[in-house]
Amino acid sequence: MSAQEGLALGRAYASEPGDPRRRQRFTLGKWLLPLYCVLAFVFLLIPIVYTIAFSFNTQTGKSNISWSGFTLANWTGVCDQQDVCAAFGTSLLIGAIATVAATVLGTMIAIALVRYRFPFRSAVSLLIFLPMATPEVVMGAGLAAQFLSAGIPKGIGTIIIAHTLFCLSFVVVTVKARAASLDPALEEAGRDLYGSPFAVFSRITLPLLLPGIMAAALLSFSLSFDDFIITYFNSGTVQTFPTYIYISAQRGIPAQANVIASAVFVIAIAIVVISQLVTQSRRRRLTSARP
Amino acid sequence: MTPQNTFADSGADLELAGISKRFPGFTAIEHLDLTIPAGSFFALLGPSGCGKTTTLRLVAGLEEPTTGQILIGGRDLTNTKPFQRPVNTVFQSYALFPHMTVLDNVAFGLRRRKMADPVGKAHEALRLVELDHLAGRKPLQLSGGQQQRVALARAVVNRPALLLLDEPLGALDLKLRRQMQLELKTIQNEVGLTFVHVTHDQEEAMTMADTVAVMNRGRIEQMGAPEDLYELPKTTFVANFLGQSNLFTGEITASTPTSISIGVSGRAIVVPKDRAEIHTGVVTIGVRPEKLNLLTEEPEARTGVNVIGPGRVIDVSFSGVSTQYVVAVPAVGDIIVFAQNMDFGPVVTVGAEVWMSWSVDHGFGLADSPELVTAEAGV
Amino acid sequence: MAIAAFAGNATAVDATPRRRSWVALFLLLPGLLYLVLFFIVPLVSLIITSLESQGLDGSFAYGFVVSNYTDSVSTFATQIWRSFGFALIATVIALLFSYPLAYFIGVTARRWPLLQSFMLILVIAPFFISFLLRTLAWKTILSDNGPVVTALQGLSLMGPQGHITGEPIAVVFGLTYNFIPFMCLPLYTTLERLDLRYLEASSDLYASGWATFRKVTIPLSLPGIVSGTLLTFIPAAGDYVNASQDFLGGTSSTMIGNVIQSNFLVQQNYPAAAALSIVLMFVILVIVSVYVRRSGTEDLL
Repeated sequence: MSAQEGLALGRAYASEPGDPRRRQRFTLGKWLLPLYCVLAFVFLLIPIVYTIAFSFNTQTGKSNISWSGFTLANWTGVCDQQDVCAAFGTSLLIGAIATVAATVLGTMIAIALVRYRFPFRSAVSLLIFLPMATPEVVMGAGLAAQFLSAGIPKGIGTIIIAHTLFCLSFVVVTVKARAASLDPALEEAGRDLYGSPFAVFSRITLPLLLPGIMAAALLSFSLSFDDFIITYFNSGTVQTFPTYIYISAQRGIPAQANVIASAVFVIAIAIVVISQLVTQSRRRRLTSARP
Repeated sequence: MTPQNTFADSGADLELAGISKRFPGFTAIEHLDLTIPAGSFFALLGPSGCGKTTTLRLVAGLEEPTTGQILIGGRDLTNTKPFQRPVNTVFQSYALFPHMTVLDNVAFGLRRRKMADPVGKAHEALRLVELDHLAGRKPLQLSGGQQQRVALARAVVNRPALLLLDEPLGALDLKLRRQMQLELKTIQNEVGLTFVHVTHDQEEAMTMADTVAVMNRGRIEQMGAPEDLYELPKTTFVANFLGQSNLFTGEITASTPTSISIGVSGRAIVVPKDRAEIHTGVVTIGVRPEKLNLLTEEPEARTGVNVIGPGRVIDVSFSGVSTQYVVAVPAVGDIIVFAQNMDFGPVVTVGAEVWMSWSVDHGFGLADSPELVTAEAGV
Repeated sequence: MAIAAFAGNATAVDATPRRRSWVALFLLLPGLLYLVLFFIVPLVSLIITSLESQGLDGSFAYGFVVSNYTDSVSTFATQIWRSFGFALIATVIALLFSYPLAYFIGVTARRWPLLQSFMLILVIAPFFISFLLRTLAWKTILSDNGPVVTALQGLSLMGPQGHITGEPIAVVFGLTYNFIPFMCLPLYTTLERLDLRYLEASSDLYASGWATFRKVTIPLSLPGIVSGTLLTFIPAAGDYVNASQDFLGGTSSTMIGNVIQSNFLVQQNYPAAAALSIVLMFVILVIVSVYVRRSGTEDLL
C-alpha cells in the first residue's frame, strides 16, 4: 500500500494532457472491458460468498455442504467445536511470533541493502531471492529432513521457525521497495540538523519506513496464518487452522471453521479498506491544499 | 566536542587545507586549498561533476576527505560527525521531512540541540521567510518556492557559523528564482552568516555572491569578485564557462614595456601586459562579445584599438534587448558580437561584410590555450 | 558465505567504508544467519538425504546412491511432466484472465482512485479467505451434484456420467483460481505506472490500437508479466493441495507435490522424497533463470 501512496502522489503531479482524446480512444472497449471485469470479480468472489454463506448454515451431519437453513448458532457457539478454536488460537500465536521475527530481521536486511555498500551484494540478494523461488514442498521437506536428522521434535517451535523463514524474504522485498523510494538526503538532513545516529533512525528513517514495515507485517501475518504446505511437513501433532481443515476434509468440516475463516476475512478486508481510505483522504488533502 | 547548545555569534571562517577526495575509480577533488572569510557570500560555480557538491558535502561532514583538513573558525573539524558541526545545509531537493509539519521541520535542529523555546524560535525563523501562516502544513502541501523557503528557515534557525546551499534554486522556475535570489541575499545581510552557495548557474553566482570560485575537474580555476572574474578571466575554461568569449591564439609578434601583440590574419591584436597572464611564446587573447563594435566599413588603424575583419555575417539572432551576430572571418573562425538594440532591430543582415573593433584595454590574455586544454583533456 | 565475504574484505578498503560495513554487518548478520541455518543447511541436508541408502531393515544410512534419483524420476516421470504441464496451463490461463482485469484497474480506472482501490481489494480478497476452505468451496460447487455439473448436463454439454472434480481440468482450474491474485497484483503495479503519453506517442506515429498494445503496452508491462508468471508458476508446480484427492484431484491428476508429500509423511521413504524435491527445485531454478534472462528482466531479482 505504501508504494501506491507514492505513485498516487506522482500521479497527482502529472497533469492530464489529452484527456478528452483518451476518453475517445476507449470507446470500442468502453462496455466490453468493464463487463468482463464485473464477471471476473463475480467469479473471484464465488467461493468467498459460499464460505461465508455456509457459516450461517444449520449443520445436520458431520459435513457442512448442503444448505439446511439459516442460523446464527455457529457464530454464537464458535468454540463448541473445541478443536477449531484451539487450532485457530495456535495459528494466531504462530502468526504473531513469526510476523514479529520476520519483520525485524527482514527490515534490518532491507535497510542494509538500500543504504550500505558491502561486498558480495549479489550473493546476499540471491540468498534472499531463493526462498521465494523455492516451491513450498521443497522448503517444507528440507526443514523436516533437517529437524529429523538433528533430532529436533516437531511442534510449535518448528512451525514458527518455518514461517519466519518464508515470510523473511517477502518482508525484505516489501520494506526494500519503500526504503529505496526514500530520498537519502532526508537522513543526511537529519544528521546535518544535529541528529545523532539514533535520533536520525528513530525520528526519520523509522517513521518514513513505517508504512512499508506495516504492509510487510500484514503480509507476513496473512502468509503465516494461511500456510498449509510447509506447516504440514513440520507440525508433528500440533494443529494449526489450515492443518485442522486439511485433516477434517475427509470426514467433514464443521461450520465453525467457516465462521472463523469468515471472521478473519472480514477483519482483514476491514484493515485494508481503512488503510486505503486513510491514504485516499490524505492524498486528497495534499492535492487540494496545494496552492 | 563542539559546544552544542549555543548559537554561533557570527559567521566563521572556513578553511580547507590540502583537501582531496577519491572515490573508487575517480578523483572528485584534487588538493584543494580554500579560505572563505567570515560573513561572506561565497559561490562555488562549475559544471556538473566538477567536484563542487562533493566539496560542500565534505564541509557538512556527509563525506570524509581522503586527505586534508577542514577548519571552521580556526577549529579542526575534519574528524567530527555532521551533527557535531556548526554547519547547516539547504539541500538541493530541500529534503524536508514529509512526515512532520513545517513547524516541526524547522524546530528539528533546535530540539536535537536541546535549545530553549524551539517552537518560538521556529516561528521566528518562519516569519523571516514569510511562511509563519503555513506552520501547521505538511511540506508536500507547499509549492516549490515555499518548500525552498522552509528549507532555508530550517537551516538558518540554528544560526550555524556556516550555511551551505546546494543548488537550492535549481528546481524553481526563472521568475521565482530571481525573486528567491534577492530574498536569500537579504536574509544573508540580516543574519550575517557565512553562506557557501554551490551552483552551475553563472548568472546566479554572479548576482548573489561577493566571491565566486570557478571549479573544474576537482580544482579551483579562478576565484574573485564576480566582475573581476568576468572582465579578467585567466583560463580558457573560465573565459568560456562564465559568459562567452572570442579567443585568438598566436605567437607573440611584438612586445613593448606595457603590452604584447599577436598576429591574427595579418593584423596585430594587442593586449596590455597587466591584463595578460603570460608574456612569452604562444598566447591566447580574448575579448567579450559585447565589447566588440560592428562596423560596415573598414576602420582606420589607430593605437589603442584592435580591428579584425573583414568577415561575413552568417547568423543574426534577435533577443529583444540585444542582438547576437555570428561573423565568419576567414582563417580565424566564427566571432560572436552582442549589440544593444539602440535602434529598432538588427543593424546588418546575413551576408553583410563587416569589421569588428574593440578597445585594447578590454582584451585579456589567458594562462592557457584552447588547443592545450583539449589536448590535456585527452579529447 | 556472507560471513567469509566480510572477513576477507575488511582490510582491503579504507577507513570510511569499513566503518560502514560494521553497521551493515550488524544489520545483515542475524537475518542472513537465519537464512543460512534454516534455508541453505536444510537444502544441503535434503541433498544428503536424497543420496542415502536403505538397509534391509528399512532404516537409512549415509551413502551416495545416485539411483535414488534415476529410480524416482523414472517411476514418477508422469507426475513430474504433469506438474509442469498443469502449472504451465494454469499460468497461461491466469495471465489471460488477469491482464484485462489489471489493465482496467491500473489504466482505465485511473481517473477514479476510489473505484481503483475498491477493485484492487476485490482482486486480493481471495487471499484473505482460507486457501483450503475456498478450494473446498469449489469442490462442492463443481461436484457431481453441484450447480455446474447439473447445468452442463441439463444443456447436454456433458454426459450423465461426466465429472469435473477428480479430473485434471478441476486441478488446473483450482491452480488457476488460487494463484490469480499473484498474477494480478504485479501486472497491476506495472500497468499503474504506465505513462499514457507513450500510448499517445504511438498512436501519433501511425500505430493502430492493436499495434500500440503489442509494441508499446506489452513490452512496457513486461516486468509485471515476468514476476506475475513466476509467482504463479512456481507455487503451482509444487502445489499438492489442489491435486489432493480430498480436494479437487483424483487418481489421474496426482502431481509431484503429492508424491513428495506421501513419500515423506506417509511412506517415510525420505531419500525418494528428497530426490524428487531436489529435482523439482533444480528444474524450477533452471526454468526461472532461462526465462528471466530471455525476457531481459534480470534486475527483477
